[in-house]
Amino acid sequence: MTTETITVTGAGDPRPLRLRPVVAVVERYLTLYRRLWQASVFSSFILPILFLISIGIGVGGYVGSIEGVDYLSWIVPGVLVSTAFQICVGESTYPVLGDFKWVRAYHAMRAAPVQPKDIVHGHLLYMIFRVQLSIVAFLLVVVFFGGLHSPWALATLPICALLTAAVVTPVTAFAATIESDSYFALLFRFVVIPATLFSGVFFPVEQLPVAIRPVAYASPVWHAVELSRAATLGRAPSWPIVVHIGYLLLWAVIGLLAARRAFARRLED
Amino acid sequence: MADQSLISARGLVKRFGDFTAVDGIDLEVAPGEAFGFLGPNGAGKSSTMRMIGCVSTPTAGELRILGMDPVRDGTRIRARLGVCPQLDNLDPDLSVRENLTTYARYFGVTRAEARRRADELLEFVQLSDRANGKVEPLSGGMKRRLTIARAMVNEPDLVLLDEPTTGLDPQARHLVWERLFRLKQRGTTLVLTTHYMDEAEQLCDRLVVMDGGKIVAEGSPRALIENYSTAEVVELRFSDGLDSNAQYAAKLDGIGDRVDPLPDRVLLYADDGDAAVAEVHRRGLTPASVLVRRSTLEDVFLHLTGRTLVD
Repeated sequence: MTTETITVTGAGDPRPLRLRPVVAVVERYLTLYRRLWQASVFSSFILPILFLISIGIGVGGYVGSIEGVDYLSWIVPGVLVSTAFQICVGESTYPVLGDFKWVRAYHAMRAAPVQPKDIVHGHLLYMIFRVQLSIVAFLLVVVFFGGLHSPWALATLPICALLTAAVVTPVTAFAATIESDSYFALLFRFVVIPATLFSGVFFPVEQLPVAIRPVAYASPVWHAVELSRAATLGRAPSWPIVVHIGYLLLWAVIGLLAARRAFARRLED
Repeated sequence: MADQSLISARGLVKRFGDFTAVDGIDLEVAPGEAFGFLGPNGAGKSSTMRMIGCVSTPTAGELRILGMDPVRDGTRIRARLGVCPQLDNLDPDLSVRENLTTYARYFGVTRAEARRRADELLEFVQLSDRANGKVEPLSGGMKRRLTIARAMVNEPDLVLLDEPTTGLDPQARHLVWERLFRLKQRGTTLVLTTHYMDEAEQLCDRLVVMDGGKIVAEGSPRALIENYSTAEVVELRFSDGLDSNAQYAAKLDGIGDRVDPLPDRVLLYADDGDAAVAEVHRRGLTPASVLVRRSTLEDVFLHLTGRTLVD
C-alpha cells in the first residue's frame, strides 16, 4: 500500500447519467430472472390466455359484439394491459420490500458505488424488459385467435412500456416507504383490484354510473387500455392521444421522483 | 503521516434526533494496519463504520477516507472499499459464484475479470466446491466467508468488517480469523468492529475501546492491558456462604492493585498472581477455587466500560 493508491484522480463524477451502475443493477435482476422465470410463466402468460378463452370466448358468446367488434377482440387489449399492470405491481411490492428488509440486496448495492437512484433506474429498466417480454409472447398467441385487427397493434409495446413506468415507480416508492408487508393488502384491495375492474378492461367505462367514472379516468390502467384498444382495433382512442400519453407520463415522472427520494431516505442517514 | 492515513477523523459526531450515537471521536488508520473498534452494543461502533463506509453522513466533525471527503466523493470512495456488513446480505436466489460476479459488476469489473476473481476468491475462502450451489443451504460460517470474499471482489484498499464472527460457532470463527489474518499478511488494511476480546487480540494491531459514543482508550492490545490492567488476574471463588463476595472483597483489600467482587467470584488484579494468592491464604481466607491467569483485553474492556448488564 503506497501513497499512489490513495491519490485522488480528478474531482467528482462528471457523468450526469450513470450508465454503468444502472446496467449492473439490471444484470443482477436478469440473472435472478434467468433462475426464476419459470415461476412467472403461469401468471404472466398462461393466466391471461385462460382469461381470454374463458371470458373472451365463453362470456363473449353471450355478449356478442361490443362497439362494433367481437367481444374477444374487444377485451384483448384490456387483458394485455391488465397483465402488464399485474406484473408491474407484483414485481414492485414484495420483491422490493424484500430487497430492503430480508435479502438486504439494496444495502449491499449501496455499499458498492451504486447510488439509490441507480437502483431505482435499474429496477425500472428491468421491469420494462420483463413486461415487454410478456407482451410479445401474448401478442404472438393472440394473433392466432384473430384478436388483432391492425398493424398498429405493435404500438401496444411502447404503450405498455409507458404504463410500466407509470405503475412501477409509484408502487416501488410505496414499497420503499413501508416497514411491513401488511400494507400491500391495502394496496391490492383499494388500488389494484378497483383499477383492474373499473378501467375498461372487460366493459366500456361508459357503462359505469357517472359518479364512478372519474375512478377510471384517474387510473393509469384505463389510459393504457384506451390507447392499446385503439391500437389493436386500428381506430382513434376516446380522448386525444396526447392527453392519454401525458397523463401516463405524469405518473411516471412523479413516481420516479418519489421512488428516488424513498430509496435515498431508506439507504442513507 | 496524517495525509497518508486511509481514515482520518477529527471530532466526528453522529446524532439521530436527540440521541448522540458517536460523540466526537478522533482517529487515524494507517495503510496496512488492522484496526479494531471494541465496545459493548450501542457504543457507536456500527454508526462509525457506516460513516466510514459513506452510507451515513456525519452530523459534525471532519472525516477523510482515502484522502477524500465522504459526502462529496462517497461514490468514488466506496469504489475502493470492501464492506462485510453485520447482517448477511447475500442474494439467496443466486449461486455462490453469481453472488461474487454480480457484485463485481457494481464496481465496473468486466464480466471475464469478474469470473476470474470469483474463482480465485472462492479458492481463498475455501468455497470452490460450492461455486455452483445455492447460497441458502450454506452454513453461517460459509455465508460469512462468502460475504468476505464478496468484499474483496473490487480489490479494495480498505476492508470494513462489522462484527465479522458474531453468531458463528468456534470452528467457523477460527476459519474466518485465519482468512482475515491472511488478508492482513498480504497488506490489506482491515477495520473491524467486535465485542469479542479474543477476536480483537487475534486480529488487531491497534484498537480503540468505545463506550457511549466516545473513545475511552486506544492502543495495541498489549499496551491496553499494560495501561488498564495488571499483568495477572486471580479469580477466587468462595463457597462457604459465610460472607458475601462484597464482604470478602473488603477482607482482600490492599492485595494487588484492585479488587472486583462479582456475583460468582472475586477478581484480584495483581502483577504477581502467586504472591497475591499467598497473601490471601496468609489472611486466613480459604477460597474453594483459585485461578491465576494472564490479564486479557476482556479485563480492560470490563474495567473501562463497566459491568452495566451485571449491575
